Amino acid sequence: MNWLPVKDDNRPVNLDLTKFHFPLPAITSILHRISGVLIFVGTAVLMWLLAESLSSEEGFQRVGEWLQSPIVKFIVWGILSGLLYHLIAGLRHLLMDAGIGESLEGGRRGAMLIIVLSVISILIAGVWVW
Amino acid sequence: MVSRVSGATNLGRNGLHDWVIQRFSAIVLAVYTLGLLGWFSVNPDFSYGAWRGLFDTTWMKIATLAAIISLCAHAWIGMWTIATDYLTSLALGKAATFVRLLFQAGCVILIFTYLVWGVQILWGL
Repeated sequence: MNWLPVKDDNRPVNLDLTKFHFPLPAITSILHRISGVLIFVGTAVLMWLLAESLSSEEGFQRVGEWLQSPIVKFIVWGILSGLLYHLIAGLRHLLMDAGIGESLEGGRRGAMLIIVLSVISILIAGVWVW
Repeated sequence: MVSRVSGATNLGRNGLHDWVIQRFSAIVLAVYTLGLLGWFSVNPDFSYGAWRGLFDTTWMKIATLAAIISLCAHAWIGMWTIATDYLTSLALGKAATFVRLLFQAGCVILIFTYLVWGVQILWGL
């Protein structure tokens, strides 16, 4: 690992993230953050669809038509993917808060588990959207 | 001497408070999301009437508003965490504080927009 210059108290002042090797739990952690930003912004799209679909019978039909478009399908699938990943990784966080899977090995296995579960659920979401 | 000012832009009173709000709002959002996905799975190809009927019920309005408020708190804490982790003076130099405040102000505007918009969707114009 590449530590930045240390001060006289012998502690690293910071970590250079660009020079790090990322183990799987680190990747799932950063994905949790990226997916969080994605769904925070994506909420605007979902709320727009919700507002339009509840506005009137015509609005509901319009949303149905929009969802036929491959671009809209892809955007909605992308937001759903972020949501599903964030949800699954978040549930694991709650389990870890409860003391489950906190060991080094447990952390690695948990990271693998959320990758597998999210890939499966993201694929199911893709089938559902298309 | 460098004086440290901490906790000026976080949501709760302190880190522990933020931690609790983040977990509590996460549970509300998880239950709401799973509930809505469950509704979609038992009502494929639902009509406007069924969709409108769902959101016309008081319990769904309560649940949706709870989810929106939770989202606001959850996003505030999450965006604060990201801003204070990445938009630092190490990454951005002297402009860091300004950039971070600008980013956070943008987040707060979006959060507030979601809140008002959500209320408007639920109770109509």
